[in-house]
Amino acid sequence: MVHGILRELADSGTDTLRALGRYALFAGRLAAETPRALLRFRLVVEQVHNAGALSLVIIMLSGLFVGMVLGLQGFDLLERFGSEESLGTAAALGLLKELGPVVTALLFAGRAGTALASELGLMRATDQLAAIEMMAVDPVRRVVMPRFLGGVIAMPLLAAIFSMIGLFGAQLVGVQLMGVDQGQFWSQMRGAVEFGDVMEGVLKSGVFGVACSLVAVYEGYHSVPTAEGVGRATTRTVVISSVSVLLLDYMLTAVML
Amino acid sequence: MRTEGSHGPGAIVRVRDLRYRAGAREIFSGVDLDFPRGAVTAVMGPSGSGKTTLLRLITGQVRPGQGVVEFDGQDVARLSRAALYRMRRRMGMLFQNGALLTDLDVYENIAFPLREHTRLPERLVRHVVLTKLQAVGLRGAARLMPAELSGGMARRVALARAIVMDPELLVYDEPFVGLDPISMGVVLRLIRRLNDTLGVTSIVVSHDVREITAVADHCHLLSAGRIIASGPPAVVAGSEREDVRQFMHGLPDGPVPFHYPAPEYAEQARRVT
Repeated sequence: MVHGILRELADSGTDTLRALGRYALFAGRLAAETPRALLRFRLVVEQVHNAGALSLVIIMLSGLFVGMVLGLQGFDLLERFGSEESLGTAAALGLLKELGPVVTALLFAGRAGTALASELGLMRATDQLAAIEMMAVDPVRRVVMPRFLGGVIAMPLLAAIFSMIGLFGAQLVGVQLMGVDQGQFWSQMRGAVEFGDVMEGVLKSGVFGVACSLVAVYEGYHSVPTAEGVGRATTRTVVISSVSVLLLDYMLTAVML
Repeated sequence: MRTEGSHGPGAIVRVRDLRYRAGAREIFSGVDLDFPRGAVTAVMGPSGSGKTTLLRLITGQVRPGQGVVEFDGQDVARLSRAALYRMRRRMGMLFQNGALLTDLDVYENIAFPLREHTRLPERLVRHVVLTKLQAVGLRGAARLMPAELSGGMARRVALARAIVMDPELLVYDEPFVGLDPISMGVVLRLIRRLNDTLGVTSIVVSHDVREITAVADHCHLLSAGRIIASGPPAVVAGSEREDVRQFMHGLPDGPVPFHYPAPEYAEQARRVT
């Protein structure tokens, strides 16, 4: 029995390594195609618009609520130490360095990521990818690359919007509702938040953009061409993206702190 | 079994000793075929006989387990990716469901290969696209999206797209499936007319015997991994072989049994209870 369990563990370990290898190869191919894809920037811009516009409303709404909660919780915590004027700083650092990139990535995976995966999966199921190949056009170059780059570019933009609206939400609750001094809120924030903090968030959202877009296009492009296969690709996109984002977030935070 | 003239240098596609397995199932077990230049050749056979697989082998989408598939003298399986793409630029393929790109309208679908492979000025692209649309009778549908087209219209748009690069070979995968009689007649006429006016070679995979034999110059009948009949439609239709007769005349039982292989009914019923 122990032997059986060990063998199962070894098998699943091998499967995971194989999957990682396939991901790495696909990522290598995308990296190699990137310079050429950037030359056809119009296609990329279309996809930035697609991925961005798809997620914009949900990002803005979530940003507002997350910011408002941050305002409430932050105020409650800081008030205990008598330093509620630092609410602006706490909210800004929390949003810029952590909540902005992470929550945006999770929402992106759920909204744009699934849309990407199911679009590519359906293109495979309805022979559109095969038709593109038959027209002597490389589907990775023409279809996958612009979508991948679109996601990579859209993510930091969405994270920036999320943080901005979140800050507005924190200010709304902290200043308008709880009575924190408006001047203190902004001036302390401007004094404490450094350029490096902003860049940490930008870097994180860039990495998450690559991870989420890679997972979405990989799963969609390699999905089994059936209704069930496309469904499974969509689910895997959300699960793998979310776990990867949280794992990467820990690793990046540990490195950058 | 083979027709005279369907062999030799006149063939644009040659298949020799083709063997191909999909998992445990053997799809082709030693198939020899020739597709003569300039002719409409039909490949018929029951569902699951490997007709679509044959097209995928010819177009280099899959590789044979053994044997050779040649396009214009080149072994398709040995071509590099770049050479394969060069070869495909000389081919046009009509997929079973049309496979139009759903995010582009009809006009852009047809312009797609032109935009990818050429740097023609927009005025010329427009001229070529409208000419091809006119050839399939859908010039008025240029700005419709694929979702707004009927099955027959989608098939015709896909046909216009397949001919936009002026290919030498046109392959059709089940072009009549799911079409109403009028659309079917239109597609049939188009296959013949395009073949003759454009001077291309056509390979049509289908199991619609009556339709395809009306338009084809040659027929090959596939069954159980082998070619069981080849020749002009009339000759194949008049074959005395039982398996050929069963297929050509749509007989429900014969060498291809009505029942899928199963144990004795009584024995199976006993086992369940």
